[in-house]
Amino acid sequence: MTTSTLERTSRRPQDPQGPPAGQRRRTRQDWSGYVFLLPWFGGMLFTVVPFLWSLYLAFTDYNLLNPPEFSGLDNIERMIADSTLHHSLVVTFTYTFVSVPLSLAAALAVAVLLNKGMGGLRIYRSVFYLPSLIGSSVAVVMLWRAIFGANGIVNDVLERFGVQTQSWIGSPDTALGVLISLNVWTFGAPMVIFLAALRQVPAAYYEAAALDGASRWRQFRSVTMPLISPVIFFNLVLAIIGSMQTFTQGYVVSNGTGGPSDSTLFYNLYLYQQGFGNFDMGYASAMAWLLLVIIAAFTAVNFLAQKYWVHYEN
Amino acid sequence: MRTDERSAPARKGSSSRRVFLRHVVACVLGIVLLYPLLWMLSSSVKPDRLIFSDTGLWPSEFDFSHYVDGWVALDFPFGLYMMNSLIIVVLSIIGNVLSCGMAAFAFSRLRFPGRRALFAVMLGTLMLPAHVLLVPQYVIFSNLGWLNTYLPLVVPAFLASNAFFIFLMVQFMRALPKELDDAARIDGCGSYRTFLYVVSPLCVPAFATTAIFTFIWTWNEFFSPLLYLTDPELYTVPLALRQFMNAEGLSSWGQIFAMSTLSLAPVVGFFIAGQKYLVDGIATTGIK
Repeated sequence: MTTSTLERTSRRPQDPQGPPAGQRRRTRQDWSGYVFLLPWFGGMLFTVVPFLWSLYLAFTDYNLLNPPEFSGLDNIERMIADSTLHHSLVVTFTYTFVSVPLSLAAALAVAVLLNKGMGGLRIYRSVFYLPSLIGSSVAVVMLWRAIFGANGIVNDVLERFGVQTQSWIGSPDTALGVLISLNVWTFGAPMVIFLAALRQVPAAYYEAAALDGASRWRQFRSVTMPLISPVIFFNLVLAIIGSMQTFTQGYVVSNGTGGPSDSTLFYNLYLYQQGFGNFDMGYASAMAWLLLVIIAAFTAVNFLAQKYWVHYEN
Repeated sequence: MRTDERSAPARKGSSSRRVFLRHVVACVLGIVLLYPLLWMLSSSVKPDRLIFSDTGLWPSEFDFSHYVDGWVALDFPFGLYMMNSLIIVVLSIIGNVLSCGMAAFAFSRLRFPGRRALFAVMLGTLMLPAHVLLVPQYVIFSNLGWLNTYLPLVVPAFLASNAFFIFLMVQFMRALPKELDDAARIDGCGSYRTFLYVVSPLCVPAFATTAIFTFIWTWNEFFSPLLYLTDPELYTVPLALRQFMNAEGLSSWGQIFAMSTLSLAPVVGFFIAGQKYLVDGIATTGIK
C-alpha cells in the first residue's frame, strides 16, 4: 500500500497546459511546504530523538534519579534469565494466536453473511462495529469482569444447563480466556473492511463459476478467498500488531497485578511494572526493543508467507 | 445485491427465504453482541440485590440512586472527571485537525525539495509501536516539568504526531482535482490561502472523520493518563472508573455500571451521529 501511494505521486503526469516553462519552474517548488510541516517537524523531535535514545537506554542501568549508566549486555542477559518475562510472552502469544484467528474468522463469516442482498445493511454494520470502538475502554473491561465473575450472568446461564459454575475471571485457568472472548467480541472493525472488499468482487466471476457448476462453498473458496486475500492479509498483520501490544485489559481486570497467578500478565503490563513500578527504565527500554523485534519478525514472516496465499491481481 | 439480481429469476422463492434466514442470523448475533451493553444499562437502574439475580433486561424495579451515589462516590464528583476528559478531548481534536491537516496539505499538494523522503519518514512512524518511545518520552516530559499536567496528553496532538490522520487526509486531498490549486493561484491565492479557502472547505468529511476518531480514542485512552496524571483532581474518566475497582470488595456494582454507562454515552452518541463517516472511514483506510 505504501509503495503504491509513493509511486502515484511521483508518476503524476505534467500538466501540458500549465504555465510556460520558466514560470512552471518557479511555481513547482513551493517553499511554504516547510511552513505547513513546522508542527510535524516539532513532533518528529518527540519521535526520532526518543527512538534513538531508547535504543541507548536499553544498554544502560537507569532509575530516573541518577544518570543512565552503561551496562553493556546486562539487560539482555537478564531478559534471557527472567522467567516472569518468558511467562508474560507466553500470555501475550496465547492471547494473540487464539483471539486473532477467531476474530478474523468471525469477521469474515459475518461480512459474507451481510454481503448478499440484505436490507438494513447500515444498521447491522453499525451494530457489529460498535463493540470495536469501546472494546478496550475501562468501562467495558470492568463489565466483562462483572459478567464473568462468580455471580455473573455467564454463570447464571450455565447453571441452567447444569454446568458447574466458578469465577471465570478469578481462576488462573480461565481468566485469559475471558479476555480473549472480549477481543473476539470486537470483530466488527475487520468485518467492515472485509465487507468493503467483498463488494469489489465482480458479480460476473460468480456467474461464470455458477455456470461451471461450482457450489457456493466452492465459489467462496475459489473466487472470494483469492480475491479478498490481500485484505485478509492486511487485517491479519494489523490484528497481530495490535494484540501484541495489549495493556488495558490485563491492567484493569487485575488491578495492575496481572493476576490471578500472572495469568493476565501481558508483556506490556510487565514492561509497565518494570519501568513505572520499579523505575527500572533501562530494563523497560530493553523490553520495549525486544517487543519491537518480535513484532517486526512476525510482520516480516507474514510478508514472506504472503506469496503462498495472497493473490494480487496484477 | 448483485448476487441477488443474478439468482432472482431462477429461484425467487428460495432466495427470499435465504435472505430472511440471513436476517434472522444477523439479528440474533446483533442481540448477543449488544446484550452485555444493554445488561449494563439495565443493571445501572436496578437495586443492588437484583443486579446479579435478575438477568432480564427490563428491570422489575427501577432505582436511579446509583447515578446519584456513583456521581459523588470518588474523591471528586464525577462531573469533574468528565470535564477533565472533555478539555483534553477538545484540545486534541483542534490539535489533530490543524496540525495533521497542514502536514497532509504539504505532502499531498505542494512540491518542495525532500518531500518524498519526508513522506517516507512519516509512513515509517505510522508503523512504529508506541511503547518503544515510552521511556524516553516520559523522561523528557518529566524533565520539562509536565508531569501532572495535560501537556503530555495534548501537545503531541498539536505536533501532528498521529500519522494515521495525516495519511487519511493525504489520501483524501489527493483525490481533489489539481486544477483547483491552479485556479486559486491564477486568482492570486498563495498556498496559505489555497489551504484555508480552497482545500480545507472541501476536506470537511476528512476533518470530521479525524475529529470523531480523536474524540473516541482520546475519551477512552487509559495508558497515557495513567502514566502522566497522579493527582486525582486531574483524573480523566477512565482513571476515575478504575478507582471503583480499588474500592473495597466491589460491593458497589450498581454505581460502577451507572458511571460506566455515563462514560460510554458520549462515545455511543458520537458514533451514532458520525457513523457514516466512521464506518466508511475504516472501510477505506483500515483505521480501526
